[in-house]
Amino acid sequence: MAEVSLQNISKSFGAQKALDAVTMTVPDGSFVVLLGPTGAGKTTTLRLISGLEMPDSGQILINGHDVVRQTPAQRNLAMVFQQYSLYPHLSVRDNLAFPLKSPMMRTPADEITRKVSEVAEMLQISNKLDNKATELSGGEMQRVSIGRALVRNPQIYLMDEPLSSLDAKLRSDLRIELKRIQTSLGATMLYVTHDQVEAMTMATHVGVLDQGRLVQFGSPREVYEDPVSIYVAGRLGSPKINILPADLFPGAPHGAAHIGMRPEHIQIGKGVGTEVVRVEHLGDQTRLHLKTNNLDITTLIDAHTTLNRGDAIAISPCDPLYFDAHGDRLK
Amino acid sequence: MSGFSVTEPSKRQKWISGLLVITYALVTLMPLLWIIATGFKSPSDSIAYPPKIVFQPTLEGYVNLFTTQTRITPNMKDTLPAPNNWYEQIVRDKNMVIAGPSRYGQRFLNSIIIGFGSTFLSIFLGTLAAYAFSRFKVPIKDDLLFFILSTRMMPPIAVAIPIFLMYRQLGLSDTYLGMILLYTAVNLSLSVWLLKGFIDEIPLEYEEAALIDGYTRFQAFYKVVLPQAATGIASTAIFCLIFAWNEYAFAVLLTSGEAQTAPPFIPTIIGVGGQDWPAVAAGTTIFLLPVMIFTIFLRKHLLRGITFGAVRK
Repeated sequence: MAEVSLQNISKSFGAQKALDAVTMTVPDGSFVVLLGPTGAGKTTTLRLISGLEMPDSGQILINGHDVVRQTPAQRNLAMVFQQYSLYPHLSVRDNLAFPLKSPMMRTPADEITRKVSEVAEMLQISNKLDNKATELSGGEMQRVSIGRALVRNPQIYLMDEPLSSLDAKLRSDLRIELKRIQTSLGATMLYVTHDQVEAMTMATHVGVLDQGRLVQFGSPREVYEDPVSIYVAGRLGSPKINILPADLFPGAPHGAAHIGMRPEHIQIGKGVGTEVVRVEHLGDQTRLHLKTNNLDITTLIDAHTTLNRGDAIAISPCDPLYFDAHGDRLK
Repeated sequence: MSGFSVTEPSKRQKWISGLLVITYALVTLMPLLWIIATGFKSPSDSIAYPPKIVFQPTLEGYVNLFTTQTRITPNMKDTLPAPNNWYEQIVRDKNMVIAGPSRYGQRFLNSIIIGFGSTFLSIFLGTLAAYAFSRFKVPIKDDLLFFILSTRMMPPIAVAIPIFLMYRQLGLSDTYLGMILLYTAVNLSLSVWLLKGFIDEIPLEYEEAALIDGYTRFQAFYKVVLPQAATGIASTAIFCLIFAWNEYAFAVLLTSGEAQTAPPFIPTIIGVGGQDWPAVAAGTTIFLLPVMIFTIFLRKHLLRGITFGAVRK
């Protein structure tokens, strides 16, 4: 396994700046999740590290060696593509064996058989091994494409939304399985997702990208509790953080334009009066949608609340985050 | 709802379309069936009027096609030992003896060598060029592609005289190499353009996956792109072979002996011992077989659909 380090990496596609001077270190054995909306540069980052794209400037170091001039094969990494990219002319078995048969690996036949059946077992696709790759459902294809990465023992795993098209049950199984594999192998993994549960539960580090710039990099807890901007605060948390005018509540510091309150950081009882517009019972918790001065606020409340639509309650913040007019955090 | 269905035609629709297809097939296959039938007629049956639909089949045409014969007098015939086999018998019945094999076999073999040789070369070069045009940043790509296409814009025979003179100077006249190069040059524009279209349709993601899986660019091309381009390669090969196989004008102009192909040879059969239509028809029938066999052999690759579905769009 290896440490990957990006130094001042920039990449443009025509006039479109995909990555802008990104510097980031993925420590050996860490699980780094990249967050950001479509077009933020997550996939480009993976493609640059894999060697499918050349950076316009900057260095990519794997274990301290600059690999910018190396081919993807020389870099010895595994990647799970968002579009699966299974070889349509091969069976599932041959798809899984394909990386092992490469001239770089030259795996003996019995070793290939063993690894393929082991991975197929883990991903619950053993009964599909002789199917053509095109004869699978979307979820099965995605599992095969994860399997194609897991049969190897690469320097680093790159995964581009690998669990996005699985059903909820399988997704949570595989989430635990992937994390288990990563920990037991001590594997370095760089993982792109939109899913906040994946980010919070699997990551040792979270990197937040905004239009090609890395705006924050830290542990999931750090990014969640101590975001540098409104943008970062909005990337994690479900329901989303409430961003309101700073003067709605007393006690805002000088220069604050916005106050950010996570749904769980709202005290009910005294403070600003609001009206309950909707009560969502989720079983383990209840979401309360409130309205005050035409502002929407979402908060969490005890699962067995007796509050109803139309009720009036007063709220006040606890541990709020303050942001300036540009959306940057005020500390 | 009425019984109308978009997906499943009714019995009557199937019956009508079947009838139409059979009628059309009969009309288009008529000349072919006539040629095949004529090959098995005797010379007198072949020119009988009204034409004979029912006749006594004979292999005389095929024997005449593959042999050269000499006429003998009845006296001489009596002195000869009895014929050794059925084809000597057929010849003897016409008061002839077999003098030796005809040149048809050799000409047919020439057609095979030149036809398949040029097809292989067109596909080999065409696939590599098409892949490069499809995947790499080639300088002045559009101009090059247009130039390749432009070689099709005039009939090749329009440059027959320059080619004839060039070939004479280079010693390529009447050689396998000369004919293979010529047919390859003509076919290359077709193969580059057709194959580029097929390769364009194969998503880049497969090669990228192969690169990451530890393969080089060429190995990815060989292991991932080629199998998926099989459909396109097969159909392009059929087009190339059909052109090279049937080409007549250059074959007449540039070959006469060593490398002469079957098309210019077949008409010359007419002159051997009168208007021997059964022999001409037999030569034509055999000439049709390789392209038919080649097409049937590649038919399974012509079925589309293998490249679809494993990349999420």
